[in-house]
Amino acid sequence: MSAAVSLGWIIAVPFAAAILIVMSDPRPNQREGVTLAAALLLFVLNAALVPRVLAGEALVLHLAEPVAGLPIALSVEPLGMTFALVASFLWIVNSIYSVGYMRGNKEQHQTRFYVCFAIALGATMGIAFAANLFTLFMFYEVLTLCTYPLVVHKGDAGARAGGRTYLAILLATSIGLQLLAITITYVIAGHGDFTPGGLLAGRIEGPIVGVLLALYMFGIGKAALMPLHRWLPAAMVAPTPVSALLHAVAVVKAGVFTVVKVVVYVFGIDLLAGESSAAWLLYAAGASILIASLIALRQDNLKRRLAYSTVSQLSYVTLAAAILVPISIVGAALHIAAHAFGKITLFFAAGSIYTAAHKTEVSQLDGIGRRMPWTMGAFAVGALSMVGVPPTAGFLSKWFMLTGAMQSGQMFAVAVIVASTLLNAAYFLPIVYRAFFRAPAVDDAGHAHGEAPLPIVLALSITAACTVALFFWPDLALLLARDLAQAAR
Amino acid sequence: MSAGAGLAAHLPALQVVLPLLSAPACVLLYHGARVWWLAMGVSTAAFVIALALLAQVMGAGPVSYALGGWAAPWGIEYRVDALNALVLVLVSGVSSIALMFARDSVPREVAAERIYLFYTAWLLCLTGLLGIAVTGDAFNVFVFLEISSLATYALVSFGSERSALSAAFRYLVMGTIGGTCILIGVGLLYAMTGTLNMADLAQRLEPLRDSAPVRAAFAFIFVGAGLKMAMFPLHAWLPGAYASAPSAASVFIAATSTKVAVYVLLRFTFTIFGVEFSFDTLALAKVLTVFAAVGVFAASLAAILQADLKRMLAWSSIAQVGYMLIGIATANLDGLTASIVHLLNHALMKGALFMALGCVAYRIGAVRLDAVAGLARRMPWTFGAFALAGLSLVGVPFTAGFVSKWYLLLGVLHNGWWPLAVLLAVTSLMAVVYVGKVLEVAWFHTAAPGSVTERAREAPLSMLVPLWLLVLANLWFGVHTALPVGVARSAAAALLGLTL
Repeated sequence: MSAAVSLGWIIAVPFAAAILIVMSDPRPNQREGVTLAAALLLFVLNAALVPRVLAGEALVLHLAEPVAGLPIALSVEPLGMTFALVASFLWIVNSIYSVGYMRGNKEQHQTRFYVCFAIALGATMGIAFAANLFTLFMFYEVLTLCTYPLVVHKGDAGARAGGRTYLAILLATSIGLQLLAITITYVIAGHGDFTPGGLLAGRIEGPIVGVLLALYMFGIGKAALMPLHRWLPAAMVAPTPVSALLHAVAVVKAGVFTVVKVVVYVFGIDLLAGESSAAWLLYAAGASILIASLIALRQDNLKRRLAYSTVSQLSYVTLAAAILVPISIVGAALHIAAHAFGKITLFFAAGSIYTAAHKTEVSQLDGIGRRMPWTMGAFAVGALSMVGVPPTAGFLSKWFMLTGAMQSGQMFAVAVIVASTLLNAAYFLPIVYRAFFRAPAVDDAGHAHGEAPLPIVLALSITAACTVALFFWPDLALLLARDLAQAAR
Repeated sequence: MSAGAGLAAHLPALQVVLPLLSAPACVLLYHGARVWWLAMGVSTAAFVIALALLAQVMGAGPVSYALGGWAAPWGIEYRVDALNALVLVLVSGVSSIALMFARDSVPREVAAERIYLFYTAWLLCLTGLLGIAVTGDAFNVFVFLEISSLATYALVSFGSERSALSAAFRYLVMGTIGGTCILIGVGLLYAMTGTLNMADLAQRLEPLRDSAPVRAAFAFIFVGAGLKMAMFPLHAWLPGAYASAPSAASVFIAATSTKVAVYVLLRFTFTIFGVEFSFDTLALAKVLTVFAAVGVFAASLAAILQADLKRMLAWSSIAQVGYMLIGIATANLDGLTASIVHLLNHALMKGALFMALGCVAYRIGAVRLDAVAGLARRMPWTFGAFALAGLSLVGVPFTAGFVSKWYLLLGVLHNGWWPLAVLLAVTSLMAVVYVGKVLEVAWFHTAAPGSVTERAREAPLSMLVPLWLLVLANLWFGVHTALPVGVARSAAAALLGLTL
């Protein structure tokens, strides 16, 4: 299959799946079969592209040009390849999990759920392979809109309020700031194609660089840079598979992915490194990491604690990008993958607890590890990865970030990474301790439950295993990340 | 000369004469259904004529027609170039689609014995709007403006609620003031130059730039056209008129009448007075940007606050007129292209939105926000159309609305007007809010138990078909932009005196 054709298929498969899911509406088995088949096919298509990307082949697909000078085009580069691989692989696992979760909890509107999910994956692929800013922006907006029905899935007043915050912040930042930044970029450079070394390199200088960077960084609301992070905890009203794949992987990673793309391919790290007005980003990301961690400490609701942990972890990627040396860019790319596996495991575990034990608060989890050993074991792996303890993937990415920070003498970044590691430990390890070493609460004795349904346990075991596997076999992720760092020079 | 070619030569005259003569025929036919067939046929014919004219103009350049054989500048000249050919297509096209919609919609809202009068007024309104666009004579503009305005007052007053009468009267007062201003302006120009032909006027005004009467004429025409297009702060008549008129009339008026007024402003400022006079001598850009910017923002805010959905769309129209004025104020190719293409695109999106509300009114008799709670599940096609047209209104890529916003943004940035670029982004967001509010209520709220909403069915096919035609046009022109942008660009270039 020619490269352009397979790129086209990667975008087409999820959207086609959405249509097929609608058509199989009254038959749940067929509906979920379509989802799984589409997820598998999507992953295979992505995996088939990897050798070509590593060989340095230029893969470009020109789709349309609705307005002169604004082409819709796709192309493959290492970072997008990483993102697409991670998202499409986790879609498979998440689909298995969804079957267990949605049936186990007898959720309403399940067809709508799977349709929106497939569209969201299609949009994610579009973001990962966008060849220019305009294409990326379009798929970015599709992703916002198609995840809204998933956030308000429950349909009650709380879900609607959460959904409103979600849409308001994501649309306000993207239309109000990001679109403006993109337009300015087009006006300055005459085009918006992602260019190794930076599309704006040599075209602008002075304070405008800092301003434009701010428009981008706060315009990419999905990266949840504080103070524009509020939508993420609000989105936690969604069913857990949504929180897991979309608000720990696809949507938020689309945010930090765009951040890295903008830093590497739009500005170029040399331009930003030489411009004092752009230095604020490091401090904003550092502050975001620490403040979000402090808020996470105080959350009793498990999913909210995970959400604030995500806010903090996303800013690691932004911080790594803001260190502006190639080795830290490698760290940023790795962290996109590493955090994805770890955080989806944690969310899977939270959903598993909710399905089996109907518990949502940290303070209710005393002794639960004895009844749900697989779930809490996987949770422990995910938590260790968040803290950055070997042998988990989180250690790797932190290592590259720290190296980058040391190399460039950014002592602020070093201090932030060290301090936040302690904070991560402070809000994750007590949960693990509670689950395994405390006696169950007395009034809980009559409420017998065991592990969650098999699909759920299977899914979270796979992602936990991957979190460890990525530590031992990071070669592919490293190769792709190094290619990205090459392009950043 | 063959019959076909003979007919082709007289297209500019037929464009106006056909609906004008059919209007009294409506009165003679009397019976509601027969009258509808006549109006529908005439409007479709006018659309075909307009398309033929557009094809002629794009192929062979501007068409000039001497009415009654009296050569310009003594006789009345009808002159069609890319700009007014586009306006003709827009007006007659919207009229045809709105009439398709009117067949089942009007009998619900207008008493049976008055339906023939409704269509008579409709055809007169069509005559007036087409006449304004086609003529090359300044005084003729005034005449046709009055024809269309009087017919519009009548159309508004057909509304089923008593408030329609006061809204129509209010529109009549404001509209008459506007018409009078234009008449005084044209009168002053005639006094100074002794001619009414537009091309002739443009030449003779050249040496008279510094004279006070010419400047006064400009001011009068500017205010008159401003009133007609509901330029902020001369907009007070519009929300009442749009909200009170029968649904089909709202579609027709909202999609066409303000656009034609914008055309009049374009024609006078660029073709007659000239870019240099309007923008260098009189600083039109400053005046326009202030009015337009405040108007876009204030009207968007007002739209958010409305509980009556027709009023909400009406306020949104005032904001959209502001966008067109910003494009005019830029006085560059991209900005003007945006304004002209937005004439068409706004007609498509607002027409569709008003039609969707017409479907709602047809089924539940009300278009208040609280009345549509949960209605989207009962009327998915109607609200699906509302959602897509709403996206176009917001300016989402792949819809027509994006195309105009993009060129407007380019035009604004070309002049370095950063604050206006920010304003465009902010007001697009405000559009998200007021469109989103409706969609959220319609999809995610539940209907009050026992309300008429609970029993509502999807609107009839005869209304859904025209609605979806407009929606598909929004999508089509969002992807295939070559035709509208091409026409708009050549029109803009002609106005600016550039050669492409």
